[in-house]
Amino acid sequence: MDRVKSFFKTYSLWELGKGLSVTLRNFFRTPTTIRYPEEKTPQSVRFRGLHALRRYPNGEERCIACKLCEAVCPALAITIESDVGEDGTRRTTRYDIDLFKCIYCGFCEEACPVDAIVETRIHEYHMEAPGENIMTKDKLLAIGDKFDAMISADKAADAKYK
Amino acid sequence: MSMISDFLIGFGLSPVLANVVVITIQILVVTICVILAVAFSTYFERKIIGHMQGRMGPNRVGPLGLLQPFADVIKLLIKEVVIPTRSNRFLFVIAPLLSIVPALATWAVIPLTENFVIADINAGLLYVLALTSMGVYGVILAGWATNSKYAFLGAMRSAAQIVAYEIAMGFALVGVLMASGSLNLGDIVRAQAGGFSNWFLIPLLPLFVVYFISGVAETNRAPFDVAEGESEIVAGFHVEYSGVAFAVFFLAEYANMILIAALTSIFFLGGWASPFEGWTLLGGEDSLLRAPSFFWLAAKISFFMIVFFWFRATFPRYRYDQIMRLGWKVFIPITLIWIVVEGVMAWLEIGPWAA
Repeated sequence: MDRVKSFFKTYSLWELGKGLSVTLRNFFRTPTTIRYPEEKTPQSVRFRGLHALRRYPNGEERCIACKLCEAVCPALAITIESDVGEDGTRRTTRYDIDLFKCIYCGFCEEACPVDAIVETRIHEYHMEAPGENIMTKDKLLAIGDKFDAMISADKAADAKYK
Repeated sequence: MSMISDFLIGFGLSPVLANVVVITIQILVVTICVILAVAFSTYFERKIIGHMQGRMGPNRVGPLGLLQPFADVIKLLIKEVVIPTRSNRFLFVIAPLLSIVPALATWAVIPLTENFVIADINAGLLYVLALTSMGVYGVILAGWATNSKYAFLGAMRSAAQIVAYEIAMGFALVGVLMASGSLNLGDIVRAQAGGFSNWFLIPLLPLFVVYFISGVAETNRAPFDVAEGESEIVAGFHVEYSGVAFAVFFLAEYANMILIAALTSIFFLGGWASPFEGWTLLGGEDSLLRAPSFFWLAAKISFFMIVFFWFRATFPRYRYDQIMRLGWKVFIPITLIWIVVEGVMAWLEIGPWAA
């Protein structure tokens, strides 16, 4: 009986038909792909992209050079040098993040006691010359200034889960 | 076409010369149409397989990516043709031509509509069989002339495969021949006139399945693409071909696919005939749905092309010995049995061969 069944199954191309039906069903399904630069997938407010250094609303740098981010960084991507600033506070003189070393884990952001270093949702960036991978303090502050509205909104949206 | 011929004779051309001009124009029209169809079938193949895999396929060049084939062609045309030093130069260059020429030459006997066929010869079916078998020479010579073990393996596989499936294909066509009583492709289509129920598809269903699957094997398409088998022997016979030479192989493969699709439509699906002939519900004699026209042949060819792509998206490659088993131990016996069944039915005057 089994032999008869398998005979008919073989010659009616049953299994092949089943395979074809699977691909046909998928043909009428909406593609998972999107037209990337024109369309984008939804992004979480917790997305960890390019870094930024933030300021207080009065323009003062948040960073106090506690070096907790440098210590927690698993990839040793952060280099900090500090000194006493003009107003007598503790300030960084150098704050470098090597984007080639960074693994975007977000530990620096979590470690920061003053919410100075953050990872923004910017993920479309590139480098054109050697050395551009080093994000200096100036560059990080500039990003923080430019995208302040976005960063503040993201932090506010995420605050109640922290 | 006789209009152009009369026009030329009116200009003082001799009838023979006028005929030559007309036939040349016909050949050019058909060849250009086939080449354009090839270009767009590569586009639709990528689109259809993409959608079956949850992707979109090409959509960057031109609206909906419709100019993609032209971008590909231009890319291939401006690339260098590298000829390997230890290869046989003459055969290496001539091999792609040997595979494209039969693929295009067969179109001479394909009736595109009731009145249009370049060469209306009586032994059309034999001509088709002879030329489709010629295509394998290009593959074998390419594999041999390249002087690479992968190319050689691919060529050997292709040769064995085409020999095996040619027989099944031939036997399937014997069934068509018995049913239509003619070797002329136009007469074969006319024998199927009168709507869907008169197509050879129904009484010759096993032969139709065998013919189409053998056609897939004959064109070295997935799942029978062991001659190319990119995961095992790189790209098989065309591993060392680049630029225009590669483009010609590519063209030949797709031209052969369209040819097999056209032949299957003509032999089993009534070629240019409409499936709704005689359905008075669908309007008068001349309505698009009822009248036999090129539209129906094109629709049938497109359907089989989609099936080709569908197979490619669905089935994993056959192992080499499985291909041989399928060809020799399954398809050839099936065709032989069905020819006998058909013969007995015709002899006892049962079914569609009662007349």
